[in-house]
This record gives sequence, C-alpha cells and structure tokens, in this order.
Amino acid sequence: MKRLFDKDTWQEIFGSIKKNRTRTIITMIGVLWGIFIYITLAGSSKGLDNGFERAFQSIASNSIFVWAQYTSLPYAGYKAERGIQLKLSDVDVLKKRVQGIKFIAPRNVAGVFGSAGGSIVRGTKTGTYSIYGEYPEYIKIATSKIYDGGRFINESDIKYERKVCVIGERTQLELFEEDEDPIGKFISINKMNFRVVGVHKFVQGGGFGDDGDIYIPFATFKKIFNTGENVNFFMIAADENVNGVRVEKEIKATLKEIHKIHPDDERAIAGFNLGEVFRKTMNFANGLTFLSLVVGITTILAGVIGIGNILLISVKERTKEIGIRRALGATPSEVRSQIILESVFLTTLAGVIGIILGSFVLYGINAATIDMTDFPYTNPTVPIPYVLGALGFMIILGTLIGIIPAQRAVSIKPIDALREE
Amino acid sequence: MIKIKDLHKSYKMGSNSLHVLKGINFDVEEGELVAIMGSSGSGKSTLLNILGMLDLLDSGSYELDGVPIKDLDETKAANYRNKFLGFVFQSFNLINYKTALENVTLPLYYQGLKRKDREETALKYLDDVGLKEWATHLPSELSGGQKQRVAIARAMASKPKVLLADEPTGALDSKTSKEVMALIQQINKSGKTILIVTHEEDIAKMCSRIVRLKDGVIMEDKKNKMISAI
Repeated sequence: MKRLFDKDTWQEIFGSIKKNRTRTIITMIGVLWGIFIYITLAGSSKGLDNGFERAFQSIASNSIFVWAQYTSLPYAGYKAERGIQLKLSDVDVLKKRVQGIKFIAPRNVAGVFGSAGGSIVRGTKTGTYSIYGEYPEYIKIATSKIYDGGRFINESDIKYERKVCVIGERTQLELFEEDEDPIGKFISINKMNFRVVGVHKFVQGGGFGDDGDIYIPFATFKKIFNTGENVNFFMIAADENVNGVRVEKEIKATLKEIHKIHPDDERAIAGFNLGEVFRKTMNFANGLTFLSLVVGITTILAGVIGIGNILLISVKERTKEIGIRRALGATPSEVRSQIILESVFLTTLAGVIGIILGSFVLYGINAATIDMTDFPYTNPTVPIPYVLGALGFMIILGTLIGIIPAQRAVSIKPIDALREE
Repeated sequence: MIKIKDLHKSYKMGSNSLHVLKGINFDVEEGELVAIMGSSGSGKSTLLNILGMLDLLDSGSYELDGVPIKDLDETKAANYRNKFLGFVFQSFNLINYKTALENVTLPLYYQGLKRKDREETALKYLDDVGLKEWATHLPSELSGGQKQRVAIARAMASKPKVLLADEPTGALDSKTSKEVMALIQQINKSGKTILIVTHEEDIAKMCSRIVRLKDGVIMEDKKNKMISAI
C-alpha cells in the first residue's frame, strides 16, 4: 500500500508507459470505448425513462378510462349486441363497492367518437371544437394546467348549470386576438353565450383530447345536448398505493352487474388502464437501462481483457528489462506490483476519459432534444453511484487482469531473462 | 570476502543430467581482482551466476563477507544482490528508455533511497566514470565504451561488496576494452573486490589473480603480476 502513494513508483510506471506510447493509447481505447458506450447508453435510456415520465405526467399514473359498448353475450333474458349506456348513478355504486377509488369523473363529449362537435362563434371568428361536459374531479385526475388568472369548472357551476367554459390554448389563439385576455369574455357555443373562466394548457397524455378542447359544466352539457343521466365514459383515479389492475377489474365487474351484462362479456364494458400502460412503458425503459448495463459491462470487460493481453505482450517484450531490474535488486513483489499498477492505472485513466467523453455526448444529446417536447427524451443523466460503480468495477477488473501478466513477469528467472537477446 | 567449499551444480537436460561444476573450492580475499578463465562449457559463467545469486547451488557452501548464502528465495536473493553485489554484463544491459542517470539510480531506487539522494549519488558515480556530461543521454546515444562505463557506475552506485563482471569487454574493441579495464583496475585500487569472467588472455593479465576452469573443476589458480591497462 505504501508503494501506491510513492512518487517513485509512479515515476517508474510513467516511464514504462511512455516508452510504448502508441501501444498504450491503442490499448486504452478499448476500455475507453467500453465505458463511453456504457455512459452514453445508460444516460440515453435514463433520458428515455425521464421522457416517458414526462409524457405521462399530465395524467395521474394510476388513472383508468372506462366506457360502454355493445354486449357480446346474451344474459338475463337480453340478447347479445345490446347497446349499453353508462349512467350518472353508476358513480355512487362504484364508490360504494370498489375499494381504492380516489376520484371518479364522469364525462360526456361531443365531437369525438363520430358525434358532432360544438360550433363556436366569436364575432367574425368561427370554429368547430370538441365539447366536454366535466365535473371538477377531472382536473384532479388529468393534471392539465389551467393558466394563471383562470379556473376550472367548480361545484357551483354544476349546481347552477352555469354557462361557463374552459377553452384550450389553440381555441384561444383562434378565437382571440394575441394580446387579448380571454377570461371573462363570451363565446357562443351552439348559439348560446358562454363566459370563459379559464384556459387549459394541454399536455399529450394517453387517450384522446387535444389543445382545442372546450370544457363546460356537466350539468350544462346535459341540458344543451339533452343527454339526461347518460355518461360517455368515466375517468377514474385509483389510490396511489393500490393495484390499478385490480381496481379496473372490480369496476368492470360492478358495472356489468348494474347493467345486467354477462360476467364473461369482455366487450360490453371497455377500459383503458393508463397506470398499466405507464407501468409497461416504464418496464420497457427499465429493460433498456438493464440492456445498456449489460452491453456496457461486457464492452468494458472486453477492453480490460485487451489491456491484460497487451500487458502480457509488454511483459514478454520487457523480459530483459525485468531481468535487469531483478539483478539490480527488485524483489518479485516489486515487479508484480509495478505491472499490476500499470494495468490499474491504464484502466482507470481510460475509464475517466471515457466518462468525460460520454458526458459530453449526453450533453450534446440533451442540447439537441431539449426543445423537442413531442420526443419522449428528457435530461439524459447517469447517476453518480453508477459512474463510480463502473469506475470501481474497472479498477477491480484492471487489478485482476493485471495479475496474469504480473505473475508471468515474476515467473521469469533473472538468469534466463538476462540471457535473452 | 568470498568462501566457496565443494560447490556442485548440475543441470537437468531432459533425462540426462549435465554436471557443470564438480567440486569447486575457492576463496577470494578483500581487494582482489580475480580473472576467471575457461573455454565455453568450462562452467565459468555458471560459477559467476551462483556467486551472483542468479542461480542456486546444488551442494556445497557459499559465504559472502561472513554471511552464509543459503535457503535463498527470490525475495531474499533480490535483497542480497541489491546489498552485496554489483553486476557488469557483456551486453551492458542498460534499460534503453532510461537516461544514463536514471539507469544508475535504479539499484538505489530498490535500496529505498530518496529521489534527491539517489540522483546525487548517481551523478557522483557517473562523474567517477567520466560521464557526468552524458547524464541525460539515453543509452542509444552512447558509444559501447560509454555504455559499459554507465553500467559500471550503476554497479558501483549501490556500494556493493563485490563487483561481478561477465565478459565486460566482450563487446568492445581493444582500445575501448583497455579503457574499461583501466577503470576496473582503478576501482580495484580503491579496495573493491572484483571478479571478472573472461576468455581473453590480455584481459586476464590485467588482473591480480587468474583462476582457470576446465570441465567444472579448477585447473590452475595463481597470483598474477597485474599489468596496467593503459
């Protein structure tokens, strides 16, 4: 250990490394490449990971969509192919029977699934947009942002069936002047005047919806579109710590019971479990991280083996030098530690350079993708413990691989080494 | 200084055993300059290797400056070599990527001296062999005679009890050989015990004692009236 901190030891090591500059550099490139690949891959997969997380952040990651379709099986005297209609009263039943539901937002929509949207008029500007009937719960599940100065639909909007609306960013751009504050202004939806109370910033999540959507109170929607107690779909958030798949199953089972659907009917009640999709996507990202780890480590391994190989050749070439050193009084352990330290030094130096180069590449990727909001790629980083782990791994490998040429060097008898010409 | 009693050494060559040294009895007093002569195969190099602890003896005893040299493992041998012996080789055996000065400091490095002390000592010895100005030169920039002088400086730097020289002039022309021998004689004059293996009569005559080996035994061991090299 004392030798490790001795300036002279390093002098000796630098001396013999300098002697074969080209060979040393070529050898180091092997390890450098390994750690470079590892850092770049690990950072990139982390970036992808972050990107997915960002893509899903607009929706609570344990949210579930449920909607009704046509039955596929006859049941309780009803024929198959019966259309099912979800009702507002389902909400209370679901809340009562299914454990782990945090919020339920019943939603109605005009303008998707083939139905006509709302025709909007403001002064001379017109457009057709999807109109959603919303409960206040929606904004707690979909974490769309409402711009400063505005608000979302609230309880009293529902209670008094107010004619208020929340418009999208695009709607604002298309209906209002650039410097005009839309809050408090009126727009006409299907020839009825609605007061704008908020503007939402749309973030692409799962499912449908876009930046032109207009949200109005559920009760108002019911009146305008004459939908009665009908609900198009439920958006449900499960509690953070419950199994989303189980909640989805129970919700579907309960709805089947309410609407007298065969328990084995897979079609009548459809669902889309965002939490599940989120989990699967994250698993994919984790798989990529693992893959990058495997690729990185094996590449590092190959590089380190290359160093061992070169050192073996180097020892062979330096047989005579080692013999001279031995004749002058170098003990076997001195010879051994010199070779091992050379190996460790080369590995570590190559590793550090590789990490620096890898970081530059990640920095470059980050700079290139920072404005690409559609591309699921954010902040590619490699956690410091991973970097240190890789470095530690290399130092250990460097030591182990160094033992082979070192042992070879020690096994050379000085008398044989000196005889060699 | 050196006491050797009934030294035997044989090498295994496949199934045959080659008996190289067949009972050598041989003492060297302090301050002697001994030439060991013999044709190739006489065992002179083997004897020098055993004296230099580069090779192990089979039987007999070897005592250096009162220290019995036995039960040598590699580490012990290395330490003894470093402490007791200086080597000069026919092919100089300088490390080619180190400067003359660095080559001379090498045994001192293994003695554990501090860098500054090493360089001071090495420079002094380089000065003794007349190569102070060449300290920063690589061996490839030196002539054969200069290389051998660097090697002698290196051998002397560790203050050995005995200097062992294996054909020190074998790779040099006669003029340079004489210069190198003059240097060896000068070192001997200061009291150093020196053993030279050679097959050249001229060189042997420049020593104070000549030992002739043939087929692994000492044929003749006589004092010599030393001829000055220059």
